Amino acid sequence: MPKPFVKLLLNEFPDDVSQLDTPFEIPQVAVKPQALVEVCEWLRRDGFNMLLDLGGVDYLPRTPRFEVVYHVLDVAAHRRVRLRVSPENDDAPEVPSVGHVWPVAYAPEREVYDLFGVKFTGHPNLTRILMPDSWEGHPLRKDYPLQGPRGDAEKPQPAQQGRFHAPKLEPRK
Amino acid sequence: MEMKNEPFFLTTVDKFVRWAQRSSIWPLTFGLACCAIEMMNLVAPRYDSSRFGSEVFRASPRQADLLIVSGRLSNKMVPVIETIYQQMPEPKWVIAMGACASSGGIFDNYAIVQGVDEVLPVDMYIPGCPPTPDAVLDAILKLQKSIADGTAKGGVVERA
Repeated sequence: MPKPFVKLLLNEFPDDVSQLDTPFEIPQVAVKPQALVEVCEWLRRDGFNMLLDLGGVDYLPRTPRFEVVYHVLDVAAHRRVRLRVSPENDDAPEVPSVGHVWPVAYAPEREVYDLFGVKFTGHPNLTRILMPDSWEGHPLRKDYPLQGPRGDAEKPQPAQQGRFHAPKLEPRK
Repeated sequence: MEMKNEPFFLTTVDKFVRWAQRSSIWPLTFGLACCAIEMMNLVAPRYDSSRFGSEVFRASPRQADLLIVSGRLSNKMVPVIETIYQQMPEPKWVIAMGACASSGGIFDNYAIVQGVDEVLPVDMYIPGCPPTPDAVLDAILKLQKSIADGTAKGGVVERA
């Protein structure tokens, strides 16, 4: 049975928010990307003052391919809600940034950009946060090989490479 | 080189220098991941490493001789470990502690370097996940023996 605030949320944004099944007692709603900022501001004004987590999912054979999941908590009233946002374009996925609503969102948005390639519009510093800055590719996508660029090379195992001499380091310049 | 209770002893400069080097190997605190916990056990009283010469673990690479790479080395960390290794004064040795430092361990993925010897010259490899502190002590003692023999340089010496 949906909680009362979920009904209010659905009434407030009838076109952009739709209820999903609630498997784990946290009510979840699907939000369209263009309405995400309004929904988050509405939630913040309603009392949801803590963004717990923000993560990305890659459902590869499905279109839309990516999804960004937000968990929001109202600390005083113990209310939780989960928002699921799917960017429409699979090749250049974009979602508005909610960092001006909950500033804690800036770092996990960088993580989702780094690992999935979802761009967050309005983010002040959308750069890689886990992988090295010069890395190419987004490792947590389903079509990224587990071993990375190394996985394509047909190299034998290190023991068979005869790798008994470690590389000598160049002298410092 | 043996110390007998005599008023003087005869040795060569080489042997004396190597004895001094191997008897006072000061490691660098370079715990990367879970193997660092076992390295902490190594310096704890039960498996005390300072009784074998590693009196202090220096935090500055300028003051350390031994780099014990304990833990997974990620691709992002490679320039850092190269800088630190180059800051260590010679003679310096490297021990790859644990499976991840020796060969990448269970992490055959995009983020972890498959063995520290892709980046640094390694003298000793210690298998284990994590190796028990007495395995690390065994490696340190074997390294001391190989320093005494004069055979310690980059590359495989023997399996610890």
